[in-house]
Amino acid sequence: MWTDAALIMRGITKKFPGVVANSQVEFQAWRGEIHALLGENGAGKSTLMNILTGLYWPDEGEILIDGKSVSLRTPRDAVRAGVGMVHQHFRLVGPLTVMANITLGMHSEGFWWRPHLIQQKVVDLSASYGMLIDPHAKIWQLSVGEQQRVEIMKMLYRGAQILILDEPTAVLTPQEVKELFRNMRRLADSGKTIIFITHKLHEVMAYADRITVLRGGRSVAIRNRTDTTVQELAELMVGRDFMTDIPKPPVVSEDILLQLANVSALNDKGLPALRNVSFSIHRGEILAFAGVAGNGQRELAEVVTGLRPVTTGQIWLDGKNVTSCSVRQIIDAKVSHIPEDRKGMGLIPNMSVIENTMLKSYRDPAICPGWMLDHKAIRARAQKLVAAFGVKTATIDCPVRLMSGGNLQRLLLAREISASPDVIVAIYPVRGLDVAATESIHQLLVEQRNQGTSILLVSEDLDEIFKLADRVAVIYEGQIVGVLPATRDSLDDVGMMMAGVKRKGWQRSDVAIN
Amino acid sequence: MDYTFYLAVLTASITAGTPLLYAALGELLAQRSGVLNLGVEGMMLVGAVTGFMTTVVTGSPWLGAAAAMLAGGALAFVHAFLSITMRANQVVTGLALTLFGTGLSSLIGRPFIGVPLPATFADISVPLLSQIPWLGQVFFMHDPLVYVTYFLVPLVWVFLYWTRPGMNVQAVGEDPAAADAVGINVNLVRYVCVVVGGMLAGLGGAYLTLALAPVWLDGMTAGRGWIAIALVIFAVWNPLRAMAGAYLFGGVAALGFRIQIIGLPISAFVLQMMPYIFTIIVLIFVTYQGRVKRLGAPGALGLHFDREER
Amino acid sequence: MLLSTKKQSGYVMRWEKRLEPSEQINIAIPIVSIVLALLVGGVVILALGFNPLAVYRSMLAHAFLSRSGLMDTAVKAIPLILAGLGVALAFRMLLWNIGAEGQIYVGALAASGVALSLPGAPAYVVLPIMMIAGMLAGAAWALLAAIPRAYLGANETIITLLLNYVAIYWVDHLVFGPWRDPGALGFPITKAFSSAARLPMLIGRIHVGILIALAAALLLYAILYHSRWGFEVRVIGESVRAARYAGMNIERNILLVMMISGGLAGLAGVTEISAIHGRLQTGFSPGYGYTAIIVASLAAMHPGWVVVASFLLSGLLVGGFSMQIAGLPLAVVSMLQGAILFFLLGSSVFARYRLTFRRKEGS
Repeated sequence: MWTDAALIMRGITKKFPGVVANSQVEFQAWRGEIHALLGENGAGKSTLMNILTGLYWPDEGEILIDGKSVSLRTPRDAVRAGVGMVHQHFRLVGPLTVMANITLGMHSEGFWWRPHLIQQKVVDLSASYGMLIDPHAKIWQLSVGEQQRVEIMKMLYRGAQILILDEPTAVLTPQEVKELFRNMRRLADSGKTIIFITHKLHEVMAYADRITVLRGGRSVAIRNRTDTTVQELAELMVGRDFMTDIPKPPVVSEDILLQLANVSALNDKGLPALRNVSFSIHRGEILAFAGVAGNGQRELAEVVTGLRPVTTGQIWLDGKNVTSCSVRQIIDAKVSHIPEDRKGMGLIPNMSVIENTMLKSYRDPAICPGWMLDHKAIRARAQKLVAAFGVKTATIDCPVRLMSGGNLQRLLLAREISASPDVIVAIYPVRGLDVAATESIHQLLVEQRNQGTSILLVSEDLDEIFKLADRVAVIYEGQIVGVLPATRDSLDDVGMMMAGVKRKGWQRSDVAIN
Repeated sequence: MDYTFYLAVLTASITAGTPLLYAALGELLAQRSGVLNLGVEGMMLVGAVTGFMTTVVTGSPWLGAAAAMLAGGALAFVHAFLSITMRANQVVTGLALTLFGTGLSSLIGRPFIGVPLPATFADISVPLLSQIPWLGQVFFMHDPLVYVTYFLVPLVWVFLYWTRPGMNVQAVGEDPAAADAVGINVNLVRYVCVVVGGMLAGLGGAYLTLALAPVWLDGMTAGRGWIAIALVIFAVWNPLRAMAGAYLFGGVAALGFRIQIIGLPISAFVLQMMPYIFTIIVLIFVTYQGRVKRLGAPGALGLHFDREER
Repeated sequence: MLLSTKKQSGYVMRWEKRLEPSEQINIAIPIVSIVLALLVGGVVILALGFNPLAVYRSMLAHAFLSRSGLMDTAVKAIPLILAGLGVALAFRMLLWNIGAEGQIYVGALAASGVALSLPGAPAYVVLPIMMIAGMLAGAAWALLAAIPRAYLGANETIITLLLNYVAIYWVDHLVFGPWRDPGALGFPITKAFSSAARLPMLIGRIHVGILIALAAALLLYAILYHSRWGFEVRVIGESVRAARYAGMNIERNILLVMMISGGLAGLAGVTEISAIHGRLQTGFSPGYGYTAIIVASLAAMHPGWVVVASFLLSGLLVGGFSMQIAGLPLAVVSMLQGAILFFLLGSSVFARYRLTFRRKEGS
């Protein structure tokens, strides 16, 4: 079954300005296996695979495919070598059809577009692998799972023998995940090599044959699935004891600071993103929203911060109805927002640290009496902020884009917290940060909570949620399917709710044993 | 105003619309590949003056047309180089080209003002087809360059939708990352589309000096390049609609001209304003509609593509 | 990637994003652009049968070193400063207002209308009204493009450009028709303004407009870098998403910025028509609105540098005019302007990226 090494990557090193993404990485994958590449955000998994697919050139190291050394300068070289990758963000052209996308850019298919011929080939191929798709559908009409299938077909059509999937389940429903790995197993059994990149331990234990763990740009371990446990993998991934608890006194206040009642909203495509969402957050409480990304979390944050209008329902802030308030009014009502997109929304990369700190406070009479800005006061305030929150930067005049991810987030939090908010809306606050930065951000958030600030936290990491939150709400397809206390007992229920299996009020016995 | 008036207007719509059509087809191609070319006006002018010059010197309007295409293409190459390879802002680059092209054409054309053309593209009646009542007169009694567009438009349409290279162009304009991922050379495709677009714009300019006017005057395109860009938006990046739009816009200009001739008491200048005002209104309307129906420009229009953008 | 071509020696050229802005590069860019443009222009001048060095020396001497030429340079810099400020402000917020020329025309149109209907009024009445009318007209003209842009996302580049033609034809219509001076023997000009409606001179031929222009530059600088609203404008120009996130009103700012931009250009039209011509006539602007675009780009949208760049380009214009007598066509100037812009654009890449040569890895 697992006979030869289809792929060997030896001593791969890749540096970017300011960061070493891969350092002497060793990676091997065999024919006929499903191999998981495991690591946290920023461990170097994507970089390694981008090198394999010809998008990046390694500074050092060599790659052998089927025993032969290969030089992968361009994506075309990689395709020729039989490597195909399905990225997290699909490389599909929306207005074109499925079969147009599958055969895009293939010289071998000739000059003229012959739909009837292509259609036949595509249908035959998809049948042989048991993955059904409609060749004539336009990409924008397909669901995410279907689009993923098109991406896979695209690779197989070009003769990929090594198939790489980058975080494939991030946007799939549980049924789609099962379907995906069923297909992958079938492909592996037919002799292909499947590599999937992930940071989700339970997936790795459920579907992988072997696992390579990357940490801090290095390969730290290779295990057979049968020889390891979730705990060991977690420790290898993180490098130290996995779960740390932060002491939190229990929530005392009965006051409700933020309340949503029957709120519905549409997403950018005009489809319902939030359906009759109702919840409330007490003073000094952290309510975390768990759920697979794409179930309405982003729209929820935008609705609360005024960036998106609601179609029905009401939002109450400390007793005041703020449903149709503008973003500015909500900021003035002491709601802080730590957005998902640090560099594109929360901060302005080309502007200096000082200017970023006054992004929202520039209208504050203390630093802007009248219409003129008081630069001295602004500078003083910025300096205090940077010192108080430990933001590491050469000077406060240099553009923010030079700062590391952790420092960017610290700056963002510094600005948002220094406004003494009543409510903080924090969306994936530690995404992409290393462990030390994550710890400090978590500390800051809990500090705020202890001082009486309400926090609406959106996170994709259940461990983070259970560490920080007092209560956890599960959002699924735009609805709140359950709100539970954030204790270890609720973990299973939360997991099932995230998968859409369980709803609030169901009994354990209702769930069929699978 | 009897039917001969209307026929005359319709016929003039075709000739007035033809330079717009050439330029619009060229711009459409460039935009489909994701590059905004605001230098069309400059390219039309250099094409116009080069075509005129060449015809005066060689006596052959066909050589003039070829020279015009080369001139337009050369200018477009500069635009491609600056905005693709040198990653300059596409809007300002296009403007620079317009300014430069205007100045250059003025410079080169000086000795040719008032010079008569030895030969022009004369009208040729298509045998049989021109005998069709009404339609024959409107469509089939024009100069050869008009007939060329009758083939060019379906050609571009077939190219974009029924050939692989054409679909590659679409992919590059919609999502260059996707195109790059399958090995399409994004920059090469863009270069080619922009240069061909410039060649067509040059040809459109030459139409003015070699068939429509036919004379050389400073700045004689009078903003047609800009109208052509608006036309592309109106056409929703579809060549067939571009053809209809070009004749429509040409018709407005032709109508204004004819109204002047028959002596209606409307100021000549007000009539000359009409095509521009019309274009603005159409543009706003189409943009509004596009938002409502969510039709759109090529996804990556005006954006720069960088493989290792991190 | 056209620049990632393999070279014989085994090296590969690539663009690498620059981490830190380099002061030297930022200053070198405009200078290098001008030098390169002069080189290219020199070739053209040579081709026309002139000696480029002699031409440049003569242009420089006339524009900046002769009293008369210097005055002309200053006078022509005035509309460039005003329109350049307007364009720079709009470009700052990524609003591509290339309708400055049309805004100049409607500004002049409005001012002329005021002057012609108040022939007996004293200067302290008619001049302010003219200026206000001109600014409002320019602002309104810009608004015609700003409103569709703000609320529909329509392409303001095309609309402002097309409106240029409409404005010029409108002026033509008036001076050939209803506003034509009956005593002008058929020339397309209006009656002359009363002396009250003429901007007074300051030094020699330099009129009060220079004070207005410099004041506007100072004001714009203060607003852009020291005021609340200026901060908003800069933020929106950097990142619309961040601006929205920070609670800034994008639509209102689009309208406001375009209005000010058009108003400044309109003011340029007023000063030209009042100080220089004293009557409305066709073609009174030799493309100031377009030159203003080059001014703004050269100045990298900074009000202070707009003044410098305006003097530079007006010097070019004045020098070019002086060479016409010697037989050099004026179109050389507009070509030079275009070339400056080209090289500016081409070299601006070096501010953001660095060209690297790396050894190709062995395979």
